[in-house]
Amino acid sequence: MTYSKRFDGRKWDEMRPIEAKAGVIKRADGSAYFKIGDTIAYAAVYGPRNLYPKFLQDPEKGILRINYNMMPFSGSGDRVRPGGNRRSKEISMVIQNALQPVVDLAEFPNSVIDVFIELPQTDAGTRCAGICAASIALADAGISMKDMVAAISAGRVDDKIVVDLNYDEEAYDGPVADIPVAVMPRTGQISLLQMDGEIDKESLLKALQMAQKACQQINAIQRKALKDKYHNGDINE
Amino acid sequence: MSEILAKDKEIVVPGEDVATGLDYLPGHGTYRDGEKIVAARLGLLYVDGRALKIIPLSGQYMPKKGDTIIGKVVDVAFSGWRIETNSAYPAMLSLKDATSEFIQRGADLTRYYDIGDLVVANIVNVTSQKLVDVSMKGMGLRKIMGGRTIKVSPHKVPRIIGKQGSMVSMIKQYTGCRIIVGQNGIVWIMGPPEKEMVAVNTIRKIEEESHVSGLTERIKIYLEGLLGPAPQTGSNGNQDDQYEDGQESRHD
Repeated sequence: MTYSKRFDGRKWDEMRPIEAKAGVIKRADGSAYFKIGDTIAYAAVYGPRNLYPKFLQDPEKGILRINYNMMPFSGSGDRVRPGGNRRSKEISMVIQNALQPVVDLAEFPNSVIDVFIELPQTDAGTRCAGICAASIALADAGISMKDMVAAISAGRVDDKIVVDLNYDEEAYDGPVADIPVAVMPRTGQISLLQMDGEIDKESLLKALQMAQKACQQINAIQRKALKDKYHNGDINE
Repeated sequence: MSEILAKDKEIVVPGEDVATGLDYLPGHGTYRDGEKIVAARLGLLYVDGRALKIIPLSGQYMPKKGDTIIGKVVDVAFSGWRIETNSAYPAMLSLKDATSEFIQRGADLTRYYDIGDLVVANIVNVTSQKLVDVSMKGMGLRKIMGGRTIKVSPHKVPRIIGKQGSMVSMIKQYTGCRIIVGQNGIVWIMGPPEKEMVAVNTIRKIEEESHVSGLTERIKIYLEGLLGPAPQTGSNGNQDDQYEDGQESRHD
């Protein structure tokens, strides 16, 4: 049996429906909501603020600190044990590395920008959703950034190259490769590239191309989310 | 061929191209990438002759030389006080800048300012490492007692003050409250409790509607609806001075 049609009826290069909103958490300096299919991510940015313990401070530039967390009830049945684990710690680190190249931290020596990413509902692609949300939230917090970051997973299911795998596809009984890609849309530079599974060179290049295209579409949604926040009434001066 | 790609006073987001060509110069909040000028933060694009800059709409307060702020004393050291500034960086108030009084060597500094006191202070210096020095020598710089403080977005402070302080003196006139607006987004209000609440709500309303035109007129109607016509005192409320260079500081 080959994978001839996607489980949810999408086209091979079609993403799940996306919703994005900026400024959803009132007390945070910046925040965002990002929903792709059944995966939901909230991101809240606090800071730049004073960093303690003091030995973590860097007198040359500020620090970007990411906290990725899946909520206990977010999976497809099994309870995720609350609190950090090895997986969430690593994902926090890769998200930090994906966002670091765009954020200008030189303005905030000895301080920290905290980003909290919470996932109340997950259906694969959580780190990508987290990056998209965090990027909107950082911009919303008024932090100076070279560009935004958009992220999507690409890869293959059986012999088909697809973009934005959902959980059923990741768990497909056959050869699967899941490649999360984060892109700075202005230049097309890649800031996150991981892979789970196996893929040959031609398919990889094709998958990356599809991911690039998808990230441009995501970026348009991110920009719209930020602009919509301020779009009530006419702007004077 | 040089051309502005976004409109003047339009909201731009990081990574958005705002202009092409070498005839325009990248100002605050923008950077040049080859032929293009790109936005580096979220805000309103402001075309100032050939320079393009972005007026931020959100974000935390960053200490800036010359700003007058309202801070809270958080520590008393040998040589001065540490002041919390509503930003990532605390400020130092040194002995010699603290009062016009003579302070004896080894005197108990808590007699002047104790932990938890609120002070109006002026930022005299900010280093590249964001060490902040404040002074309390000058007009209207003093310890403040009583009343209440609220936090507002530091980017809305110029709107709360208004042109030449018109907005804040109107609120003072209608409510009879004493108000000090710190440029770090801390506002101190003192008056009868119910009037204080009116002042707080008015400031919140200004914060929310600051980008809609005809603000002063609407706030006037709002205040009149709640409190009736303004008492004719002749003066504009009282002597508390707010710091009025806000209008200019929006654009730098």
